[in-house]
Amino acid sequence: MNSRNATGAAIDPPHPDATGHWRNQRLTAIALVPLGLWFLMALLSLPDLGYATVSSWIARPSQAVLLLLFAWCALLHSAQGVQVVVEDYVGGRLHIPTARILKVAHLAAALAVAYAIWILASGRAG
Amino acid sequence: MLSHNRPLSPHLQVYRLALTTVLSGLHRITGLALSAGSLLLVAWLVAAARGPEAYATTLRYYSSIPVQLVLAGALIAFWYHLFNGLRHMAWDAGFGFDRAAARRSGMAVAVLAAVASIFTLALAWRFFAAAP
Repeated sequence: MNSRNATGAAIDPPHPDATGHWRNQRLTAIALVPLGLWFLMALLSLPDLGYATVSSWIARPSQAVLLLLFAWCALLHSAQGVQVVVEDYVGGRLHIPTARILKVAHLAAALAVAYAIWILASGRAG
Repeated sequence: MLSHNRPLSPHLQVYRLALTTVLSGLHRITGLALSAGSLLLVAWLVAAARGPEAYATTLRYYSSIPVQLVLAGALIAFWYHLFNGLRHMAWDAGFGFDRAAARRSGMAVAVLAAVASIFTLALAWRFFAAAP
């Protein structure tokens, strides 16, 4: 597919799933309103941030599930937002490597969070 | 997929700054700040999973003044991005496009974010104050 702009110069074809990007960014945004408020309120209502308090908080199944949902929605939303910023501001030959590195970093963060929550929720921590 | 001669944005110098412009830029800046801040959340959870000693070390690091300032900044960014995100959802649904409405909703976002930030910073203060 080779599109041309008004001056006849070739421009990039549209991304095959740009609508999907737009839609997912909004779906995660909507989910993050209650999830983000829940996370902040849950954190602020802990008596302290010591190991015993925090690990027993995450060991509760409902809290572990909500925390994983919050972290994954936040990281997906972040990956998509960062991608748009890279598309706008990082040009030239740095564009693709920057976009890839940031995508992989988000994926690694999502896996690390899932692993950490699994360890804490299954009582294997420490 | 992507060529190397795409136009970059924005060309800030050709515009006169308006309230809505600044607020729009802030949405991106707070979004990026929250992306960076999410690394602190990831590191915090990983430290907890590694056990009490690793967690205590991380918590000590998080109790230092520079990290506490970053966390306070992340909290302010959280509220701004959340309220302005709701404003974006209203726009996506087709509401509030005219100039006066956009200015008014922008002011509302700024005030709500400031009030919520002050309130939650006060609630979080005991964590900050309890820092070793």
